[in-house]
Amino acid sequence: MKAKILAFFLLIRSLVRRHPSFPRKRESIDNTGFRVKHGMTRCTRHIVLLMVSLVIFFLLLSLPSAWAQPMIHGFAQADYSAKISGGDLLIGDERIQLRFNESLKETSFFIRADIFHDSIEETSSTDLREGFLDMRTPQIDLRIGRQIITWGIGDLIFINDTFPKNFEALFAGRPIEYLKKASDGARVNVSFDLLSFELVAIPFFEPDTLPTKERFALFDPFASTANRETIEPKPDIEDTEVAFRAYKNLLGLDLALYAYKGFYHAPSMKADSVTNPTIITSFFPRLGVYGASIQGSGLDGIISLEAGYYDSLDDRDGTDPTIPNPQTKFLLGYQRQIWEDFTVGLQYYLEYMHHHGEFVQSLPAGFPGQDRIRELITLRLTHLYLYQTLKLSLFAFYSPTDDDYYLIPEIRYNINDAMSVTGGFNIFDGKNAATFFGQFDKDDNIYTYVRYEF
Amino acid sequence: MEQKNRAYLFISLLLSLTFPSFVFALSSPLPDEIARRSQIALFYPGKDMKARIYMRLLSKDGKERIREMTMLRKNLQEGGEQRYYIYFYQPADVRDTTFMVYKYPKKDDDRWLFIPALNLVKRIAAADKNSSFVGSDFSYEDVSGRDIEDDSFELIKEELLGEADTYVLKAVPKDLRSANYGFKTSWIDKKSFLPIKEEYYDKRGALYKLFTAEEIKEIKNIPTIIKRTMKNLQTGQGTEAVFREIEYNVGLEDEIFTERFLKKPPEKWIK
Repeated sequence: MKAKILAFFLLIRSLVRRHPSFPRKRESIDNTGFRVKHGMTRCTRHIVLLMVSLVIFFLLLSLPSAWAQPMIHGFAQADYSAKISGGDLLIGDERIQLRFNESLKETSFFIRADIFHDSIEETSSTDLREGFLDMRTPQIDLRIGRQIITWGIGDLIFINDTFPKNFEALFAGRPIEYLKKASDGARVNVSFDLLSFELVAIPFFEPDTLPTKERFALFDPFASTANRETIEPKPDIEDTEVAFRAYKNLLGLDLALYAYKGFYHAPSMKADSVTNPTIITSFFPRLGVYGASIQGSGLDGIISLEAGYYDSLDDRDGTDPTIPNPQTKFLLGYQRQIWEDFTVGLQYYLEYMHHHGEFVQSLPAGFPGQDRIRELITLRLTHLYLYQTLKLSLFAFYSPTDDDYYLIPEIRYNINDAMSVTGGFNIFDGKNAATFFGQFDKDDNIYTYVRYEF
Repeated sequence: MEQKNRAYLFISLLLSLTFPSFVFALSSPLPDEIARRSQIALFYPGKDMKARIYMRLLSKDGKERIREMTMLRKNLQEGGEQRYYIYFYQPADVRDTTFMVYKYPKKDDDRWLFIPALNLVKRIAAADKNSSFVGSDFSYEDVSGRDIEDDSFELIKEELLGEADTYVLKAVPKDLRSANYGFKTSWIDKKSFLPIKEEYYDKRGALYKLFTAEEIKEIKNIPTIIKRTMKNLQTGQGTEAVFREIEYNVGLEDEIFTERFLKKPPEKWIK
């Protein structure tokens, strides 16, 4: 037991540096046009990798041989994706994920760590996806550490789920679990008969991972200015994100209320000068979100309703064009099994900008505008065949207001219990290159991954 | 006297020719009563139950897939509302996944699935109870039961099946769209009211699925099917389900069947 705890701390120590699942070497382009790398040297990475391997070896050795099933689970995976036009590789990734948990009565710890090789960047690294300590009393569950948190009832549409996400992983065709990024913080769940509460505190801000210019054709209003800097919220009490949820199941209906105070997870950009910018600063404006959701059976399927008010704390009157306007977001969903192994899901999403007049007035010339209302419609079709070992699915986003769309057709086959092969496409298109999906028009890609679970 | 007897015999004979089931009606329970008692014996024994279920899915070409889970069940009323909690050990890609069902009579179930890699609780549309359960030959209905009101029952005969004295009950869905079968014949043990064998006929009347209770044991004086198989005669695939570590009346708390325990399984019951 002692040895395992020691191993746990060693692993945490070796992984304490966060490695994004895309090993972004922090690059900037200096005046002469040369790329400057500020990343870890290959040597340091190898040392980290060696340490992790040793720790895992140590963990394996410390397992009592009497256990019938191994305590370590995980998978080995090879994942590739390439742009359809041009054939540039978006993902070339081989990885091993290891999951380990150990519990003593009502206390347990869990680790989910990836060791990967990126064959595009020719780098190897590790990524501690999750690592936390759980404690449970009759009323209270406490979880401290790096953890993935998911709230809300949308299907790939997030209103009250303000926790960090990796959209690049989704757009490039990684397995869906890589869409969610972990938060470093603490979560308390308190259960009463009448109502349950969840309180989350995240002192270490983690931004969304958005598609990077190195791999995606992004719309950038400051394309000609190369000098960039990013300012993130500080890891102190004042900048700690706080999220609260009260929830209850009442007569089969799932009801929830949400509140969040923290920051937008997608950066805003501002220039030191509008006419002749020399440096572009990315920053994360403060945000408060208040919302509610309800989900239950109806019309032979499941009906979902979710709404949230986005209180843009640094631009409540909507006059700063670099900061998002206050918005109300609304989602209506319906999911139904049409026949055996065939399910259809439909969602309607609406975003309402509260001070559209001010937004239009303050928008600098040449910057793309935005309508007061943005709508999205999504469709999910899932069909299972061959005793649920073959899965065909389609997820489609379409925005009637932006006139753009995003399609994800996918096929998965489970060769046996351990091995599966998945393939699919990410197809983007739009009338305008400045809309959310429209900007990725040239990034249509085909992806495949093979996974062996153990 | 003799005349009276002869008249009685004549009437019985006439009745049994026109209504074959009338012959048993005097001595046997009514078909609906057999169906009800069989449902209680199969899906409602004890106030609650805990079992580790080991399923082997065998394809025609001999490939084997494994589903292993712990199932917790609690009855709110006998023959009425139930709660199910299932934790998966195997296959590896669904390990730690949990599944919860609120089962209601005369109404669609509420179902929730928890996907640990996304920390996501997902509600599952449950309109079709004939869907395969985890890719096996058992349907959701085979696992948690079908509303008695959805079928009409007829007692065809009583016969010895092996050593068991059985009622042979025919069930026909009142609404043909509500079931995959056109009709079902069950051999129900007269003592335990557990089905020993069930034949499923498709809507054209061809036998396509066969259920067999391979092994029955008494656990806390409750006769329990320890090993059961469902064979699909059309695809050649079959599923064998073995129940281990079965316990009844363990005192499962109501709160186990909530989101809190769906997200983090109860250590006391799931190991």
